[in-house]
Amino acid sequence: MGDLTSAPIAGPRPEDHVRGDGELVIMYADFSCPRCAVAALDLQASGARVVFRHFALKARHPRAVALAHAAEAAGAQGAFWAFHDALFADQGHLDDPHLWARCERFGLDVARFDVDRRRPEVIARVARDLREGMRAGVTATPALLRPAR
Amino acid sequence: MTIIAAGTTVPDFVLHRGDGSEFTQQDLLGTTTVLVFYPFAFSPVCTDQLQVYEEALEELREQGAVLYGVSTDATWSQTAFKEKLGITIEQLSDFEPKGAASRAFGAYFEPAGMTNRALVIVGPDGTVAWSHLADSPGDLPGVNLIFDGLSAVTPA
Repeated sequence: MGDLTSAPIAGPRPEDHVRGDGELVIMYADFSCPRCAVAALDLQASGARVVFRHFALKARHPRAVALAHAAEAAGAQGAFWAFHDALFADQGHLDDPHLWARCERFGLDVARFDVDRRRPEVIARVARDLREGMRAGVTATPALLRPAR
Repeated sequence: MTIIAAGTTVPDFVLHRGDGSEFTQQDLLGTTTVLVFYPFAFSPVCTDQLQVYEEALEELREQGAVLYGVSTDATWSQTAFKEKLGITIEQLSDFEPKGAASRAFGAYFEPAGMTNRALVIVGPDGTVAWSHLADSPGDLPGVNLIFDGLSAVTPA
């Protein structure tokens, strides 16, 4: 574990999930959060360049952390944003069978998805995002940060 | 009301744990304590606050610190709030006489008759090491501020 003292938000990194080419916005969000779904739609409509980072709290929603892991596993097969949009589009269906159905819809390897979402590096990435968000003062979702240039 | 200042010896106070037992200044000795004063159980900002603070408990334990939630809610309400959120942060009630302990720490919001949103870190010697009063009860101090504040604690 370690340091949770204040630290500025990290700018875009090669491994980040990035979409759009407008104004840079780093979005800390949770796929179980209805307000995040609305914010994601607004950002997409605005054409912003969105960097997505996870802020999944165990106490917020029973599926929050699992959904973050699932999105990362979909990302390992090149479908992060497709999964992102599909999760936010239907937050009434977030259990495992619903995730597998999404995988099938996007042509993903479901067995690989199930292995990938439990990988230590996936779990570590989601935890890292949360810790970095907390160090930057994020307390709730969605948090839309616009780093100074 | 001014929040209790760093360097001040903690005043005498009595809060109540979930089981009804007393929690006093004696319970602060020997351990670094983070007191999180929050306005209302079940309110939106307090919900966000305790949910995100829950994520920091392991790091706090690593630093030898224990975090408590403090409000003027009754112990039953605090217990229901804790159970609803699924958190483990121990709750301390300042219900009767209402807000007496919060006032002693300068963490009471008179205009609304409620605990203010404030953080107080007490060192193992019973002296306030750091304190923070939010600009308004609706402002939620980040977890990072607690860890910044812990650097002011003198080890036992």
